[in-house]
Amino acid sequence: MDKVQFLLLIAVALFALGLLGVIVRRNLLVMLMCMELMLNGVNLSLVTFAQQTGTAAGAVLVFLIFVVAAAEIAIAIPIVLVLVRRKRTLEADAFADLKG
Amino acid sequence: MIENLLQNLDTLLLIVFGISALVAAALMLVLRHPMQVAMALISTMVFLGGIYGLLGVHFIAAFQVLIYVSAVMVFMVYVIMLIDVRDPSFTRRFSTLLVPGVVGGILLLAVLAYALWHGLRAPAHTTVSFGLQQFSIAFLDEYWLHFELTSVLLVAAVVAALAVIKVTRKKHG
Repeated sequence: MDKVQFLLLIAVALFALGLLGVIVRRNLLVMLMCMELMLNGVNLSLVTFAQQTGTAAGAVLVFLIFVVAAAEIAIAIPIVLVLVRRKRTLEADAFADLKG
Repeated sequence: MIENLLQNLDTLLLIVFGISALVAAALMLVLRHPMQVAMALISTMVFLGGIYGLLGVHFIAAFQVLIYVSAVMVFMVYVIMLIDVRDPSFTRRFSTLLVPGVVGGILLLAVLAYALWHGLRAPAHTTVSFGLQQFSIAFLDEYWLHFELTSVLLVAAVVAALAVIKVTRKKHG
């Protein structure tokens, strides 16, 4: 196994762990953090590909993902705060009435 | 022996950082309190920053620590301290989707690993490390529009966050 494969395997595993966390955990904040973990996995794969090909496009995309992650947190945290104020709980099941 | 070790120090550190990042990420799934999960996520991000530094993209390593660890995760930790709700999600960690979720996660990992194993047959290029100069030229030459668009995105996010808080404040008086 060479370096690129090892790094990509870690990236893939981080992404799968993050997705697993979003599915199986019931705490809203933990689910948000698992989404961040997925973004981190994607970042690692982008950096690896950028290094492999020697182009800067992957690194630029990583920067844009940083900004997207910051914006995501900036909008997700107020939503979580509002939800918690309404139901007094962080449990995702409590918001099942959003299903419509 | 020592010289040999020093020559392979990069590879050794890469493996150590990678496995530590994976262990911290796996800990995120089993720890109970959100604060512990946040600490595990922070250590994953720091280890990933170490990997970026070892790969030679130091500016991405710096921004990983500056933006992710200090901005995003400090915000997250503040919110966890702010919301002091003792609720069942602290003691009962997993939702009812635990078994299908684990099966699906393992399947996803297997499919991606298989694709990786068989898709990367093309010989890896000699890893050309690009410096900050090349990155900056590409960033402001080719991708300036995307860069400007992210500022619009950030403004939209800030306005949306304010709107969310204002709407609820109006409703609750």
